[in-house]
Amino acid sequence: MAAQPQDSLRRELLPSGIAGVSLAQVERTVAADEAPPLAPNADLTLIGKSAPRWNGREKVTGAVRFTTDIALPRMLHARLLRAPLPHARIRAIDTSAAERHPGVCAVHVILGPRGGGTASVSADEDMEATRRVEEPVALYAGMAVAAVAAVSPEAAEQGVRLIKVDWQPLPFVVDMDDARAAGAPVVFEKLHVQAGFGASGLVTAGLPLNGNVRGPATDARGDAAAGFAAADVVVEGEYRTQVQSHCCMEPHGIVADWRADGLTVYMSTQYTAGVREELARSFGLPLNRVRVIVDAMGGGFGSKSTLGYYGLAAVALSRQAGAPVRLVLDRHEEQVDSGYRPATWQRLRIGARRDGSLNAISLLSYGSAGTALGAGVGNVASRLYTCANYEEAHYDVFINAGPGCAMRAPGAVPGAFALEQAIDELAEKLGMDPIALRDRIDASPARREERRIGAERIGWNLRHAAGAETGPIKTGLGMAQSLWGANVQINSACEVRVLRDGSVEVRSSVQDIGTGTGTVLAQVVAEELGLRPEDVAVRIGDTDFPAGPGSGGSRATASITPPARNAAYQVCRQLCALAAPILGVEADDLEARGGRIVSRSDPARAMAFRDAAAKMRTEQFAVLASRADDYAGFRARMGDAAAARNDLGGVHFAAVTVDTESGLVRLERVVAAHDCGRPMNPAQIESQVHGGVLQGLGYALLEERVLDRQTGHVVNADLERYKLPGAHEAPQIDVLLIENYQGFSATDAYGVAEPATIPTAPAIANAIYNAIGVRLRALPMNRAAILAALAAGRT
Amino acid sequence: MRRSVNMEDSRGRISRRSFLRGTGAAAAGAAALETALASVAEAAADVAGPRVVGPDAAPITLRVNGATRTIMVEPRTTLAEVLRGPLDLTGTKIGCDRGACSACTVLLEGAPVASCSILAIDVGDRAITTIEGLARDGVLHPVQAAFIAHDALQCGFCTPGLVLSCAALLERIPNPTEAEIKAAISGHLCRCGVYPHVVEAVLAAAQARRG
Repeated sequence: MAAQPQDSLRRELLPSGIAGVSLAQVERTVAADEAPPLAPNADLTLIGKSAPRWNGREKVTGAVRFTTDIALPRMLHARLLRAPLPHARIRAIDTSAAERHPGVCAVHVILGPRGGGTASVSADEDMEATRRVEEPVALYAGMAVAAVAAVSPEAAEQGVRLIKVDWQPLPFVVDMDDARAAGAPVVFEKLHVQAGFGASGLVTAGLPLNGNVRGPATDARGDAAAGFAAADVVVEGEYRTQVQSHCCMEPHGIVADWRADGLTVYMSTQYTAGVREELARSFGLPLNRVRVIVDAMGGGFGSKSTLGYYGLAAVALSRQAGAPVRLVLDRHEEQVDSGYRPATWQRLRIGARRDGSLNAISLLSYGSAGTALGAGVGNVASRLYTCANYEEAHYDVFINAGPGCAMRAPGAVPGAFALEQAIDELAEKLGMDPIALRDRIDASPARREERRIGAERIGWNLRHAAGAETGPIKTGLGMAQSLWGANVQINSACEVRVLRDGSVEVRSSVQDIGTGTGTVLAQVVAEELGLRPEDVAVRIGDTDFPAGPGSGGSRATASITPPARNAAYQVCRQLCALAAPILGVEADDLEARGGRIVSRSDPARAMAFRDAAAKMRTEQFAVLASRADDYAGFRARMGDAAAARNDLGGVHFAAVTVDTESGLVRLERVVAAHDCGRPMNPAQIESQVHGGVLQGLGYALLEERVLDRQTGHVVNADLERYKLPGAHEAPQIDVLLIENYQGFSATDAYGVAEPATIPTAPAIANAIYNAIGVRLRALPMNRAAILAALAAGRT
Repeated sequence: MRRSVNMEDSRGRISRRSFLRGTGAAAAGAAALETALASVAEAAADVAGPRVVGPDAAPITLRVNGATRTIMVEPRTTLAEVLRGPLDLTGTKIGCDRGACSACTVLLEGAPVASCSILAIDVGDRAITTIEGLARDGVLHPVQAAFIAHDALQCGFCTPGLVLSCAALLERIPNPTEAEIKAAISGHLCRCGVYPHVVEAVLAAAQARRG
């Protein structure tokens, strides 16, 4: 947005601080067309209340359509041929038999000497695909080689089997430690890297590649060496985290419908507008000829943010066949080639003074996202606690495995697993309570309050010393903290539309991936127009509407609710202008509430909302609004992406029991205290926090993708041997929400998805240490790991 | 495998039907899937004669949500595929297609089964209830209403299967304990994390049914 001229600005007082603790007002300069300051939740009708999910009825009756449910007339079914070897060159590929199959309508070679049909790939996460075009080499077992579209799934499968590939096997490596060794088989001989967003964070260009190891990417402030020299206490540890798979219950899928007048794509995606841009770029189409639709989306968690190799293939097949093409991965493909949270190794060193203040932090990390880049460990070590002297070095390690990608709080999850254990270790060395130490070194008022209420709820005062219990079954309490940027996507727009019968629509391409974005939009618009949420038709998940944000980085609510409110506010002003002469008052004296347009000075002067709408000159009118900058500006900004000045926090407390004879850990209870600016819908936030905790529980205790070092294949590419938490593993979860007003935007609302999973695993690890007096520094902390740690004795 | 399943027919060959039973039992043993076990039990109870069907499509008649539907299916087609394909009942979801996630759960004579792990031709005249058939005359089943009221769903992909298992539970145990609810849904995988709210919802639905 261009700079505002002075006369279009005004000063406003907005709620600021934590409700019930430090609530006050802050003065901000806002644009003239912004809605007036929104009162704290206690004074509102709908916002901050648990309105039922907007599409709940459709979801419990099976009526809602996921991408996998889309069936178009003449639709073809596609299957992929995948590499049977973890590293192999294609000498020749022969698709003629497949093309002769009577049911096969199109064959598209993705990887091979005839691979010129593959479009160029733009997204950084799809870097491996760039190489496909240049050189026909499969880089991992299961990499897509060719795609076949046929009249039935069975015919497509038969077509895939008729493709003949002459493979030249190459040496491979699937273990990160092996890949770092001298003489290891090399995944990329040479590499051209464009800066961008990799699997777990920003990737810089121009770093050296040495064998399979690329880096270091470094960051530093102050003088770490001097800081350690002056430290009274130093803790140091090595931490290892495993690959975690997203395991979306709805597999990745697309239905592509290429027509002469444009391309329509139904896709299970977290980012309709982003996929549209990728499609336009990849296929040389103007944006107005590309439409992306998702009605309901069966889980993404970071893995469904881009078009992907399968999306490109489906569109290419549809163009070739002249018919719609459905391509949905099966469960095996989903577990092998749809992304994952990268594995990491970290050495973390922290130096402190006797009073607990931190003197220096040093972090060395290696991570592997297979054939992708950016397997870092985030910025929690750098930013969670006050420390003047800091240094880090990170290396990416390539192996012959499918590309990792963003997964819920990429980087921060493994990063916090190390940092939050190290802080606890430091507290013990200093003879301080872990909460008291954090009170000393954590500047966030939100987390301070979260520690206080969380400790009270879990009964922290009853916590015993580490390993203090006798008997085979031991209990333990632990806690850990979260830090995540309050992300905002500036390029986020929303339209609010009123029809002459008084009905209202909110329209944006933003998608609801299960977080309840649609519910919150209806609440915001209804609050502003004095209606009920169910009065507002939610039209989202379609790029025919104004482009909304992606549902990733915990940014959707922060990005789309301010424009929704501002658009609704402008609509309301126009309706009030229509009503004013009828009611004989000034428009400024009118407000919308309880389904009516009412005079503030004389509440007897009122008319129904729909009666005011009936006075409209045309059948409908609409206001389009886009995301304004935060009133206080941003902490950082890169293109459309920005970070608010305040971060998101969160503190988890975990209570575990450990059976020291069987190694079984039970997570009995979690208290999760969170802030997300202004909470919009507590029930939905609670649901999302449950998900964060359960994914963190799986990461801590159960989940691990296993690659076979002999064959290079994924051993547990299914949901039987890749163990997800079920109802029996779910602990009691108490979610405590604070209202943390900042005065940043028209809604002051921010996200919660990622902060809700960052602290779970380290809280469990700290609780296990408290129970058994042995610290586990590798994930998952399953039975074998517990027994091995107990056998190895105290570390 | 925990239970012995005779997978060979009289001529010593493994039939597709008995093979599917066997794999279903193995998956259940591995993942403790109540729904898959139920499907095996139901399939074992079916003692159709030595009629030869296939491999081409053959007509079958299914009783789905109170209606009788006759369709042509290849014998290899699973119940889930028939429901989602020719019958256009896409509320039944396929998450893994091998009885590990229970997203495809439907009710056969009121008992939950994994419809991805039973062949359509093996259903016979048993009454099938899918998620589309649970509400009556537009009135939600108490479990459905409670799922909405307690926000026991997020992305919604596992929701139809969970709702059906919970509805069947209340028929079997009108006042379930929390442990009984967890046992009933233990085979259902949800990645969004709805289990705590599902337990709340089912307790509330049981209370609502008591009136």
